[in-house]
Amino acid sequence: MDGGVGYADMDALKATELRLGLPGSHPPEKPLPTTTTTARPTKRSLDEDRAARRETSEGGRATSARATKAQVVGWPPIRSYRKNSFQAMKATAEAAGLYVKVSMDGAPYLRKIDLEVYKGYRELREALEDMFKCFEGCKGSEYAITYEDKDGDLMLVGDVPWEMFTSSCKKLRIIRGAEAIRGLGSSQ
Amino acid sequence: MTYFPEEVVEHIVDFLGSHRDRNAVSTVCKAWYQVERLSRRNVFVGNCYAIRPERVMARFPWMKSLGVKGKPHFADFNLVPYDWGGFAQPWIEAAARGCPGLEELRLKRMVVTDDDLELLARSFPSFKSLVLVSCEGFSTDGLAAIATYCRGLRELDLQENEVEDHGRQWLSCFPDSCTSLVSLNFACLKGEINTNALERLVARCPDLRSLKLNRAISVESLNRILARAPHLVDLGTGSMMVNHHTEAYHRLINAFLGCKSLRSLSGFWDASSCCLQAVYPVCVNLTALNLSYAPAIQGDDLIKLICLCFKLQKLWVLDCIGDKGLAAVASTCKDLQELRVFPSDIYGAGTTAVTEEGLVAISSGCSKLNSLLYFCYQMTNTALVTVAKNCPHFTRFRLCILDPGKPDPVTDQPLDEGFGAIVRSCKNLRRLSLSGLLTDKVFLYIGMHAEHLEMLSIAFAGDSDKGMVYVLNGCKNLRKLEIRDCPFGDDALLKDVTKYETMRSLWMSSCDVTLGGCRALAAKMPSLNVEIINESDEADEFQENLSDLHKVEKLYVYRTVARGRTDAPDFVWIL
Repeated sequence: MDGGVGYADMDALKATELRLGLPGSHPPEKPLPTTTTTARPTKRSLDEDRAARRETSEGGRATSARATKAQVVGWPPIRSYRKNSFQAMKATAEAAGLYVKVSMDGAPYLRKIDLEVYKGYRELREALEDMFKCFEGCKGSEYAITYEDKDGDLMLVGDVPWEMFTSSCKKLRIIRGAEAIRGLGSSQ
Repeated sequence: MTYFPEEVVEHIVDFLGSHRDRNAVSTVCKAWYQVERLSRRNVFVGNCYAIRPERVMARFPWMKSLGVKGKPHFADFNLVPYDWGGFAQPWIEAAARGCPGLEELRLKRMVVTDDDLELLARSFPSFKSLVLVSCEGFSTDGLAAIATYCRGLRELDLQENEVEDHGRQWLSCFPDSCTSLVSLNFACLKGEINTNALERLVARCPDLRSLKLNRAISVESLNRILARAPHLVDLGTGSMMVNHHTEAYHRLINAFLGCKSLRSLSGFWDASSCCLQAVYPVCVNLTALNLSYAPAIQGDDLIKLICLCFKLQKLWVLDCIGDKGLAAVASTCKDLQELRVFPSDIYGAGTTAVTEEGLVAISSGCSKLNSLLYFCYQMTNTALVTVAKNCPHFTRFRLCILDPGKPDPVTDQPLDEGFGAIVRSCKNLRRLSLSGLLTDKVFLYIGMHAEHLEMLSIAFAGDSDKGMVYVLNGCKNLRKLEIRDCPFGDDALLKDVTKYETMRSLWMSSCDVTLGGCRALAAKMPSLNVEIINESDEADEFQENLSDLHKVEKLYVYRTVARGRTDAPDFVWIL
């Protein structure tokens, strides 16, 4: 793998850090899957590499200390009954319902909605409007609701029958601003 | 003393409710001891190994209500091996022989078997109330026995127990003649329930005031139950999974409209935000709300709900309420006395968790707050000082910063000053749990100021033995001390051995105490059981072969008049 030893160390350390999931000293990042390593760009400048090595050696001790602590038995002090309930609930929530993420340009955080709750596009639109109304900078600004389908393409919401939409929608994205709305006039 | 006729003493003693007062009365003289013991109706045994059950029954033959606690508190967090002990059997057997008039039994953190429950059900003709908290070892078969044989049962309250599911028929075992139920809580059961039997049971118990359903109960069933029991005061809703365009949802709205007496709500296992509107009509009267098992209720919908609950005194939520939600609580719930904020995402990176800001907001809005359990990712000294100033009435203060040993993120300092402010300001503090980066100084503050402290929980804190000594020296009313992963060793353990006779128990795990230190303690204090819980490979070794220098992984010390115990497993050594 290009990038040398520093790379792999950084990878391993970063994966360990995130696996612990105890933020506060690090900016929040998307949690990496614990068993796979992320794909990294293969080309890196020499400076970047040196910086990475430095970071690795300084952060190493703190990280390993944190690693030991976080894998400790009985921490955090939550009754096993509650812990087990959560695991059960997470499993059910993932199984039932069609939860998809909803992002809106400019909003500080995303939401999640259950597509199975809505009967059609109108309800979905109303629900999304309701959910994000606090973020409308300029009232009545134009926006378009798009979604990412199974193939990873960004599609406009509303073209296909509802059932086809719910089965292929992976996530929703509300696009704002005049540029993005160009070309909507004909379909709405 | 002799010119006080016994009847007069009896009459006076009858007014004494608290265990402490009665215990004090019984030590005055033999005559008063006799009067007190024959008139005591409620007996509480805080540690089941502190005394043999037969002695309790012999001393209090007319006991009506018995409460017993088994495993140490840290057993809740898997620090105590499964078969360590805490068996209910000897207690139930002794009570069956010595106190057949028993009406109420409350067990916490004990191992209860189906046989125990059957013996219980058959042995006490006036039995009215069974409360099991954090217990394990029984199944729905045991519950079937209780339902079958306890005529006149008023209360069956199962809180957070691990119950094996052997089928749904247990509920059908309540005979048609059972009409006396006042409280039924089976929220912790994982399996299906015979809903027909439940609905009929509810219909024939006109005094039913508290009903907590488990997750298997559907909204359709809940609707029927609420229709038959509109006088409920306390409800655990069951699953609450419903889409809000269905008939069931509309019936739910009507059902809650009819519940004019509801003061306490819990459950909401699978409830989504959209079905919260159904409970809006009851919110204005709610004094207790537990949403800590409802991760799907978040954000604005949660806040909307909270803003209706202005009479709330007790609130349990998940940290996805966020600082913004806590601010809403602070401005709405002026009568709030107890708040618990649990972590919703234990293993991941919390992005909507609460911070010190939420706690400060709560403290400035809810001045009556006296009990707190707060899980967060960070805390500052400034925040704690502010909280201490705003809320001097804390009796229970438990703060858990999820990252062990984490300092104040703003100043990078330990949280000694913050917790110091809490103990200085809250003169009635009885229970305290510490977390974050802490040095010996915090223990100095605790020893100096926490006069009424009874229970202290410490993890990943302190620098040296001095820390533990400050606490043992200073806290005159300390009853339970539990410590994990702190650098306290033999010097601290042995500094004042007679102190442990004034306490219920001491727990130390992953500290620096050695086998030699524990042996010395056991030798000096025969009135204590000094238990070593040894789960490592050395457990196979005989205790005699291990040197004094061997570090002890888990130590549990408690005062007892029972001298050792006969039911200890192999890995528990009683020195």
